[in-house]
Amino acid sequence: MTDAPTTFTGRRWHDMGGQLAGPVPTDEHDFALWEKRVDALLVITSSQGHFTVDGLRRVLEDMGEEAFETMTYYERWIASINQNLIEAGVYSTAELARKMSDIAARGPTYGEAASD
Amino acid sequence: MTERRFMRVRHDMPPGHVRTPAYLRGKTGWIERTLGPFPNPEERAYRHEGTPLPLMRVRFTMAEVWGEAAETPTDTIDAEIYAHWLEPAEAPHAP
Repeated sequence: MTDAPTTFTGRRWHDMGGQLAGPVPTDEHDFALWEKRVDALLVITSSQGHFTVDGLRRVLEDMGEEAFETMTYYERWIASINQNLIEAGVYSTAELARKMSDIAARGPTYGEAASD
Repeated sequence: MTERRFMRVRHDMPPGHVRTPAYLRGKTGWIERTLGPFPNPEERAYRHEGTPLPLMRVRFTMAEVWGEAAETPTDTIDAEIYAHWLEPAEAPHAP
């Protein structure tokens, strides 16, 4: 759809099926503990009915191509899970802000210690 | 063999969360089987219950999808597409 008149129409950035692509990386890789926690958080919160995988995908797509290029897979996931939980009313942005401040106050090595 | 039911994928390009790949929009295939009904994921993405819809497994020829560029024109690809994206159609001219 190269003749699309505006960015509001045409193929969306994430809809890559059928486009030319390079070779598929087949390297195995391990997951960091925080990545496993993000995965677990999705399972827990979606199984509680706060949102569906469709909602996860919707926010990932709306984050746009720049996020796809600059954030890792699970960084994008936690951003999407967070937005879905706020939309569902599980917590407010103010509550999130206070919790983030509390955790930051524990110091930069707190997460590393908890990972061991 | 029963007669093929041809369907054309709507050539819509809306913003928002949709489940039909762009490269198949506007293409014609035939119903391989009908699945579901399943709640419409395009509604569930926005926190709605989701209208129950049939999900069609549609079979396209490579010639239909890629035209002259198809390396193996009579090979086929199946895609599962929700019923609201499909409209009854004539058989495409491509083999």
